[in-house]
Amino acid sequence: MTAPALLAIEDLSRSFGALRALNGVSLAVGRHERRAIIGPNGAGKTTLFNVITGDLAPSAGRVVFEGAAITALPRHQIARRGISRSFQRTNVFPRLSVLENLRLAAAATGRGSYDMLGSVSRLAAPLARAREVAEAVGLVERLAEPAGRLSYGEQRQLEVGIALATGPKLLLLDEPTAGMSPEETARMTRLLMALPREITLLIIEHDMDVVFSLADQISVLHHGEVLTEGAPDSVRADPRVYEVYLGTGDE
Amino acid sequence: MTLRLLAGAVVVAFVAAFPALAGNYPVKLLHEILIWGIFAMSLDLLMGYAGMVSFGHSAFWGIGGYVAALALKQSPGLVSGFVLPALVAALGALVIGYFSIRVSGVYFIMLTLAFSQMFYALTFQSAWLGAEDGIVGVPRARVFGADLTAATPFHVCVLVVVAATIVVLWRVVRSPFGHVLAGIHENENRMQAVGYPVARYKLLAFVIAGAVAGVAGSLYTQLVGSITPDAFLWTTSGEALLMVIIGGTGTLGGAVLGAAAFILLQSLVSTYTERWMLILGLTFILFVLFAPGGLVGALRGRVGIRG
Repeated sequence: MTAPALLAIEDLSRSFGALRALNGVSLAVGRHERRAIIGPNGAGKTTLFNVITGDLAPSAGRVVFEGAAITALPRHQIARRGISRSFQRTNVFPRLSVLENLRLAAAATGRGSYDMLGSVSRLAAPLARAREVAEAVGLVERLAEPAGRLSYGEQRQLEVGIALATGPKLLLLDEPTAGMSPEETARMTRLLMALPREITLLIIEHDMDVVFSLADQISVLHHGEVLTEGAPDSVRADPRVYEVYLGTGDE
Repeated sequence: MTLRLLAGAVVVAFVAAFPALAGNYPVKLLHEILIWGIFAMSLDLLMGYAGMVSFGHSAFWGIGGYVAALALKQSPGLVSGFVLPALVAALGALVIGYFSIRVSGVYFIMLTLAFSQMFYALTFQSAWLGAEDGIVGVPRARVFGADLTAATPFHVCVLVVVAATIVVLWRVVRSPFGHVLAGIHENENRMQAVGYPVARYKLLAFVIAGAVAGVAGSLYTQLVGSITPDAFLWTTSGEALLMVIIGGTGTLGGAVLGAAAFILLQSLVSTYTERWMLILGLTFILFVLFAPGGLVGALRGRVGIRG
C-alpha cells in the first residue's frame, strides 16, 4: 500500500472490566478499498466499529482518519468528517417516513438545519440526495411509508440508506445482512456491490458469500486481535481461519 | 377543510368579542385560559416535539413574572412588559438547560424540578423581592400608545400574544429545525450517529420554550397585578404538564384546549366542592387511560399519540 491510508487504527485496545474486547488492534484501510472484517462472535468486531465512530472511548491506542487523530472527538464530529455507519440492530426512525429518514441523514452535514422559520421543502439538496439514496437502496416506491411499517428486509435497506445518505467517505456496515432471508441477502449484496467505488467500505459480515463477492481485503479478528489479513484468496487458504471458526463452533 | 376554517373563524370571533358578551369574571377566566395556554404551548414544544419532559418549567414563568414586576414598576413600557421578561427567561433557560440536557428521562425531570425549586427558595428569602409576600401593585405596560390598564387594550394584547405564539411555534415545529427535534425525539442515538450535535438542538429548544414561558409569566403578573414565590412552585409546572397531556401532547393547539379544560373545570368544580383537586385528579387519570391523545386526539376521532 503506497498511498497513505484513509483510516489507520493504531494499537487499539478496549477493555470491559476484565474482558479485553480489543487487544492491540492495528489496521490500515486505503482510500476506495473494500475491507471485510470477519471473525467469530465476541471477536471484537462491533467494539472496533464503536471505537472508530466515537460510541466508545478506547482504553489505549488511537484512530487516525485522513491523517488526523479522531479518537477524542464526539460522535457527531466524527460523523461530520465523513465516517458513517449502519448498525447491526436496525436503528431507524420508525414513525417518520422513509423519505424523512433519509432526508434527516442527508441534511445532517449541511447548515440549513438551524433554520427555525423556513420550510423543509425549500432545502432542495438534502431532499434530492434522499431520493437518490432511496433509489440506490431500492426504496423509491416506499418513500411515504413510515419506516416502522417496512418489512424487515426493507428496514435493513433503510438502515444502510441512512448511513449512505450522509455522503460518507468511509462507510462502516455492521452485518448488513443479519437476519435476512437468502433472497433478501442476495438483494442486499447486489445493492452493496453497486455502491460507488469512491466510498471506502469497512464491513462486518458473517455470510462468506457476501464477503467474497464484495471485499478486496479481509481482516480476521479473533479474541480482540488481528489473526491475519490479506486478499480474499489468501485468507480463504489460511488453515488458521478455519480453526478459529470451527473451534468456537460458529458457522 | 373549509368547514374547519369556518369553525376556526367562529371560535376566533367569539373569543375576540367575548368582553362584549360577558361580565368581568368570565373575561378574567378567558384571559387566564389564554395566558396559561401560551405557557402550556411552550412546554408542549419541549414535551411533544423535542421529547423532553420538564418538571421545572415554572422557573421561566416565575422569572418572567418577577422581571416584569420589577421593570414595570420602574417604567411601564413594551421593553419592561415583554422584551426583558422574555430575554431574562431565555437566559435562565440557557443556564438551566446547559446543565439539565446532559441527562435525560427521570434525571432530567429531577434536575429541572430542582432548579425551579431553587428559585422558589431564593425569592422566598429575598427581602428586596418582597420575600413570601412577593411584589404587589404591579402596573400593566403601555405598548404602542395603548395603556393595558384599560380592559380593551389588554384583551387585544392577550389575543395578539396568543396568536403570535401559535404562529411562531407552528412555524418552528414545521421548520428544518423542528424536523431535527422530531428526529431527536424519535431516535436520539441515530441523530448523533449521522452527525447532529444533539445537545445544541435540545438547548436551543429549551431556550425558545423558556422565552415564551417568560412572556406568559409576565402577562399573568400584569393580569393579576402581583407575583409571589408560589409562581415557582412545582405545582405551576405540574398544572402546565396536565394541560398539555389533557389537550394532547405534540399538537400545540391542544395545550390551549387543555388550559381551557383545566381552568374551567377548576372554577366550575370549586364552586360546588372544596375537593376540586380530587375531581381534577380523576379526570386526569381517565384521560391518560382512555384518551392518551388528549382532547385533540379525541376530536380527531382516534385514540393514540400524534397524527
